[in-house]
Amino acid sequence: MARLEKPEDLENLRDSLREENRGFRLRIIIPNGTCCRASGSQAVIDAVKAEISKQGLEKEVFLHITGCHGFCQQEPNILFEPGNIAYCRVKPGDAKEIVEKTVGNGEVIERLLYVDPLTGERIRREGDIPFYKAQDRQLLTNNKLVDPLAIEDYIAIGGYGALAKVLEGMGPEEVIREIKASGLRGRGGAGFPTGRKWEEAREAPGDEKYVICNADEGDPGAYMDRCLLESNPHAILEGMMIGAWAAGAGMGYVYVRHEYPLAVQHTRNAVMQARALGLLGENILGSNFSFDIEIARGGGAFVCGESTALMASVEGKVGEPRPKDIHTVKEGLWNKPTVLNNVETWANVPSIILNGSDWFASKGTRGSKGTKIFALTGKIRNTGLVEVAMGTTIHDIVHNIGGASDGRAVKAIQTGGPSGGCLPASQFGLPVDFDSLYDAGSMMGSGGMVVMDEKTCMVDVAKYFLKFLQDESCGKCIPCRVGVSRMLEIVTDITEGRGTRAQIDLLKELAETIGQTALCGLGKTAPNPVLSTLRYFGDEYLAHVDEKRCPAGVCRPLIRYAIDPEKCNGCGVCVRSCPHEAISGQKKEVHAIDPEECRKCGICAAECKFDAIMVN
Amino acid sequence: MATANLDSVLEGRRSQPSQLIEVLQDIQDLYGYVSEDAMEQVAGGLGIPLMEVYRVACFYKAFSLQPRGKNVITVCTGTACHVRGSDLLIDQVRGQLQIEPGETTRDGLFTFECVNCLGACALGPIVVHNDAYNPHVTPGKLRKMIDKAEEEGKKEAAYGKTGKA
Repeated sequence: MARLEKPEDLENLRDSLREENRGFRLRIIIPNGTCCRASGSQAVIDAVKAEISKQGLEKEVFLHITGCHGFCQQEPNILFEPGNIAYCRVKPGDAKEIVEKTVGNGEVIERLLYVDPLTGERIRREGDIPFYKAQDRQLLTNNKLVDPLAIEDYIAIGGYGALAKVLEGMGPEEVIREIKASGLRGRGGAGFPTGRKWEEAREAPGDEKYVICNADEGDPGAYMDRCLLESNPHAILEGMMIGAWAAGAGMGYVYVRHEYPLAVQHTRNAVMQARALGLLGENILGSNFSFDIEIARGGGAFVCGESTALMASVEGKVGEPRPKDIHTVKEGLWNKPTVLNNVETWANVPSIILNGSDWFASKGTRGSKGTKIFALTGKIRNTGLVEVAMGTTIHDIVHNIGGASDGRAVKAIQTGGPSGGCLPASQFGLPVDFDSLYDAGSMMGSGGMVVMDEKTCMVDVAKYFLKFLQDESCGKCIPCRVGVSRMLEIVTDITEGRGTRAQIDLLKELAETIGQTALCGLGKTAPNPVLSTLRYFGDEYLAHVDEKRCPAGVCRPLIRYAIDPEKCNGCGVCVRSCPHEAISGQKKEVHAIDPEECRKCGICAAECKFDAIMVN
Repeated sequence: MATANLDSVLEGRRSQPSQLIEVLQDIQDLYGYVSEDAMEQVAGGLGIPLMEVYRVACFYKAFSLQPRGKNVITVCTGTACHVRGSDLLIDQVRGQLQIEPGETTRDGLFTFECVNCLGACALGPIVVHNDAYNPHVTPGKLRKMIDKAEEEGKKEAAYGKTGKA
């Protein structure tokens, strides 16, 4: 493809690409993101491809390899358009039948359809599956329309049209006005108004300015940004271009964590394609706007999600935050004015420019506009990526989309990662937006939602986050480096049966002090997991302290494993599976656990098919 | 030594200190670890004190300063994996291989690592064996995965010996 010299070139290319796509009677869409691959999507793609060529259908049907659609639980899946027929958990061995029947004759294979676990009904259309039906997919919907490695696909669905619109007739001030009017707030968790950030950077003195995309999605349990970058990288690049135009930046960086190799690969490819078409580089689309983007890989440090630490890392240094008395919009990367936005924030920009701020602001709540993507995981039936309008209740997300828990009752939901907190089921009526969850002692965060049931110990969850934060503290300030360690010691005492009531008070005091004195946002919010579990699950702490009992049966020093002689049939699975050789017994005779050798890891309980391992 | 020549990695990045992390990433990808020798060459190539290179290499989890085993077993300990039992998987590796996270077995066959989150949370708990992601891993599945890799390693070692003879 030739370099696009002016906006008309882009339109002409778009028209010709759309014409090409009309030649196919059927599109077979197979998502192939990181999670899809983990479930075996590549083997399914290979098998379907081989079968299509064997049956000589290459000219009629188009095999479209896309990024993840979001319903990770049911992968690998295949979608057929037109028709919207969806197959779930497909195996390579199904390829022949699929190509013969569905592709060849339009026949639907019933056994591959999604089965609603509540009604037992088989659902034909993807859009009718309850998981998808209850969502409002504005950003994620494009994932099934584009091959992330093909800029042509993005252009065909209208991509880079917002950039052209801006360069043709919207001044930077007008762009900023539009973004401000939309009410877009930073999706990374802090919720700072995006338009205001751009405006402050624009007004900051200096010719050299930067934009950065924060793709260092460090919150464990969150993967919205990975999915967006992997599946539709050009949308993020286009957003950055528009932001750079508005702020007056000439250079941009995508800071993406190295733990996401596919996202790195797809973003790199997208940058090269955009450069080849002249959408990055000098005089973009014939305008006076020149801008380029580079990729910087993160080194696996949670603190680098913090803006100043991230910028230090882009500069090739140790990722330590600095005090923010001077904001990064004035002195950021290399001490120059810098706009840092999260992946999802950038991804929202092109559609706001194309559809207008009113369109965007029509969704959401008073203070939080638009839609938000959440990663719904943990002890829940339907795990995956969920996009809903801001203000949707936790209950709707967990029950209507997530299908609730598989068997046990849902006890809590963790939002906001290590900076957030745990909310009990009694709070599930809360609308999810920037402000409501904060008032309840948690935060929306970047969008991780981990569901917990009665087998999850909330004190253990608090300990988990403290351990995470202790490992990840950069060590620069004392409240975080020392304070979090002291909190972890106390919570460890509690989970190991040495806790006292006085320690709980000390824990609260420490939490308060760290919150007030730590240097960066990550340190200041570090006590949140403890504070929120103390607030809503204080009885669990007391059970550990007063009765030396872990109600969920998780904390090892407080539990004991034994074999139920009524249920044990002597199959030997536990004997073989115990890594510490603590279980003995002859075949077909009741087995026994040696309490001296047992390290209470719980592997036997997880492996036993007959529920014969008891936790006391 | 495998890291003898880093010219290809340093090409086009010499005297650019900001490229430090990218350069170390490439070295880690190429050789599986960052050796002392490599750090010295990077320091010279980018014009950074060796101390600073060492500091950055130690700060970021992505870099390993020791050679890693033939099989790298990485257990994801993200929140979603944690509530679905990634602790059991850590115990499984500990018990079976007798090593702690970050360590390599004496025969160089296995390195055991933990990672904070791989972003495949819907499929947790996740274990990565070299580059292959394994979803919904149970201790039993992990035991078989390690057994199989051990067997193959031993077979290869035996074949290697006879091959040389």
